[in-house]
Amino acid sequence: MGETDALLSAHDISKSFFGFKALEHVDFSVRKGEIHALLGENGAGKSTLIKALTGVHRPDAGTIMLKGEPVEVRDPLHAQKLGVGTVYQEVNLLPNLSVAENLYIGRQPKRFGLTHAAAMHRMARALLAQYDIDIDVRAPLSSFSVAVQQLIAIARAVDMSGSVLILDEPTASLDRHEVQLLFGVMRKLRDRGLGIVFITHFLDQVYAVADRITVLRNGRLVGTRDAKALPRMELVSMMLGRALEAATEHGHRAPPAAGTGPAIEFSGYGLSRSIAPFDLAIAPGEVVGVAGLLGSGRTETARLMFGIDHADSGKATVDGKAVRIASPREAVRLGFGLCPEDRKVDGIIGDLSVRENIALALQARRGWLKRMSSREQAELADRFVKALDIRTTDIEKPVKLLSGGNQQKVILARWLATQPRLLILDEPTRGIDVGAHAEIIQLINRLCAEGLALVVISSEIEEIVAYSTRVRVLRDREHVCDLTGSEISTGTIMRTIAASEGASA
Amino acid sequence: MMSSRLLPFLATLVIFVLAYAVCVFQFPNMLSTRVAGNLLTDNAFLGIAAVGMTFVILSGGIDLSVGAVIAFTGVLISVLVSWHGMHPLLAFAIALAVSTAFGGAMGAAIHYLEVPAFIVTLAGMFLARGMAFVIATDSIPINHAFYSAVQKMYVLMPGGGRLTLIGGLMLVVFAAGIVIAHYTRFGSYVYAIGGNRQSAELMGVPVARTTIGIYALSGFLSGLSGVVFSLYTSAGYSLATVGVELDAIAAVVIGGTLLTGGVGLVAGTFFGVVIQGLIQTYIVFDGTLSSWWTKIVVGILLFAFIALQRLLVLVGDRSAANRKTA
Repeated sequence: MGETDALLSAHDISKSFFGFKALEHVDFSVRKGEIHALLGENGAGKSTLIKALTGVHRPDAGTIMLKGEPVEVRDPLHAQKLGVGTVYQEVNLLPNLSVAENLYIGRQPKRFGLTHAAAMHRMARALLAQYDIDIDVRAPLSSFSVAVQQLIAIARAVDMSGSVLILDEPTASLDRHEVQLLFGVMRKLRDRGLGIVFITHFLDQVYAVADRITVLRNGRLVGTRDAKALPRMELVSMMLGRALEAATEHGHRAPPAAGTGPAIEFSGYGLSRSIAPFDLAIAPGEVVGVAGLLGSGRTETARLMFGIDHADSGKATVDGKAVRIASPREAVRLGFGLCPEDRKVDGIIGDLSVRENIALALQARRGWLKRMSSREQAELADRFVKALDIRTTDIEKPVKLLSGGNQQKVILARWLATQPRLLILDEPTRGIDVGAHAEIIQLINRLCAEGLALVVISSEIEEIVAYSTRVRVLRDREHVCDLTGSEISTGTIMRTIAASEGASA
Repeated sequence: MMSSRLLPFLATLVIFVLAYAVCVFQFPNMLSTRVAGNLLTDNAFLGIAAVGMTFVILSGGIDLSVGAVIAFTGVLISVLVSWHGMHPLLAFAIALAVSTAFGGAMGAAIHYLEVPAFIVTLAGMFLARGMAFVIATDSIPINHAFYSAVQKMYVLMPGGGRLTLIGGLMLVVFAAGIVIAHYTRFGSYVYAIGGNRQSAELMGVPVARTTIGIYALSGFLSGLSGVVFSLYTSAGYSLATVGVELDAIAAVVIGGTLLTGGVGLVAGTFFGVVIQGLIQTYIVFDGTLSSWWTKIVVGILLFAFIALQRLLVLVGDRSAANRKTA
């Protein structure tokens, strides 16, 4: 690259973990006085790159240059001393200490061999005044909002490092006003000559503050561009790795016959800081595909519908009757089911057998007093193993020994056993092989034909096109619009995702 | 928020004042500097050990070896003085060096081997108690001019109460503990590690050095407590002070320190110790109650305090959540 004014640059960085190539020949640089957005979907290698730059991981190949000199970063503390400070999404400060102590721990001013609290408080107030923050620096950090804590973390990082600031998804838990506050601070720091690396999923935010944009995909550098010269549409296709002209498949599924009417309706349903209020009506036999970039509010929507998070606005009705979904238990009672995104963590119970995993939700719904006999469980499991073609030698086999696709089918079987009316699938095809992929999609189509209402969240746009009768597009934690009929095509979906606020949609 | 953090401490203070008022109402004689002086003297060894325990618990750890280390140092001192004719001051220095090194070694094991403090200090407890037995199984009396001289040292308080040397020493240790906790970098590191060890490490807190320092401090203060106990009883006995670590933990928790670490005051522990002493004094004044009532009341207080802290944390979370949505 050979940029002369680069503060921090990485050249030809490669890093792999156990044979998995997380980064391959990536170049990246931050100039003095710029805000550089680093974008990419999950697994693109953003965090690996940041960790390589800050000394958490040692790159397998490539060099890191600081102000033109090659450096070897030993650990995050060393990076901090070299002038590279990082602020993570979850504020890594100490909530039980005072604001001033958080800013100056380990470097408190001293007097007569003891720490000089009054001087430290004076310094803290002066430091925060630069960011227009006027708070009681003696109060514990936990008494302030996440936004203020975020700014305190930034103030600390800049004060200690002062040449490069890396912000890893700093806006993820902030509201609009707080985001503006943060952007103000970022611009101010840029004008002071800092180089800022900004990682985010929100395209609007990228265009609001970034000067340059670097996109990574699957561990490779897709490109670095000036923000002004990069149209939104092109940015999205860079991120998703698909040229637009090729993306012309159309959906072929008709919406369900009129007359059935929506069975489940959410209106004005939302939770501040999580997802803006949305309306969604789902009829039996309908597959609503939910599309959007990572962080656009897809999973948040599912969590809200299933009662994991509690809506603070709007109402839900089932068959015209108002219901309150205060917990997943109540959602299950209403006939809802959710297959979560990370099935290893939230879905299957690896050490339990296929039989036990399948019987779990039905048992829970019945209540523990009416215990299912193991024969009943075995009949149930046998039935679903056949119906869904779950490949296992034995229904007593621990689920963790099954392949990803079969694990996914076990979770599906668990919910189908409860005869749900609405099934929410969050990334049902993630991490499973191609054959199983097709089977899951077939299964979705079959369930839909049997009159089940489905909400399917997926990053695979072709997949959404293949099974959806309607596509809901999300952007920046808002439900933007519905696409139906011939509008369902990869092109339209991508264009809608990319559209800027207030434009097209 | 600040006040909600101080609330357990304030509650301890209120309970202490109420309990003292009840005592004085029943036995007016208890309102005297004599009783106060005895309270300090009788609980000096517990108080000194409890200061060390406060630091350990503030950092999110636990030290179960305290009682055993007190007994071990007591036996060691009596053997050195009575059998080997060593001057007590030299014996004290050796005992303190051994107990400090012992604590430091436990801290190192906790940090470098990543073994829970509970397990390491449990092993330390068996080790110290066992070593005390190996040295001597019987109680060894100490008859030394230095001991008699020290035991006679006191400051006469107005009202005729005697502030003995060991009672005064406990007050000095508490004062030093407060200074270390709030006016040194080491103190802020202890709170930081108790708040969140990982964050503390990322923020540049020397976790290894601090962890070793915390357990070394607790070891040192257990040793000092052993010295005081030896002066108090003029003997060393390997079966002495069984379970004192649990009394110390109780004092720390009643004093308002969160068992999960990161929140609490050394001064709170002082009142935790004194409340336990007060209950004992009440039982002595009453004359008919079994001394086990001390344990029963301490048990009830502990429950009450843990419930109070839990409640405050929940309320704190809720108000934080409200702030978030506001």
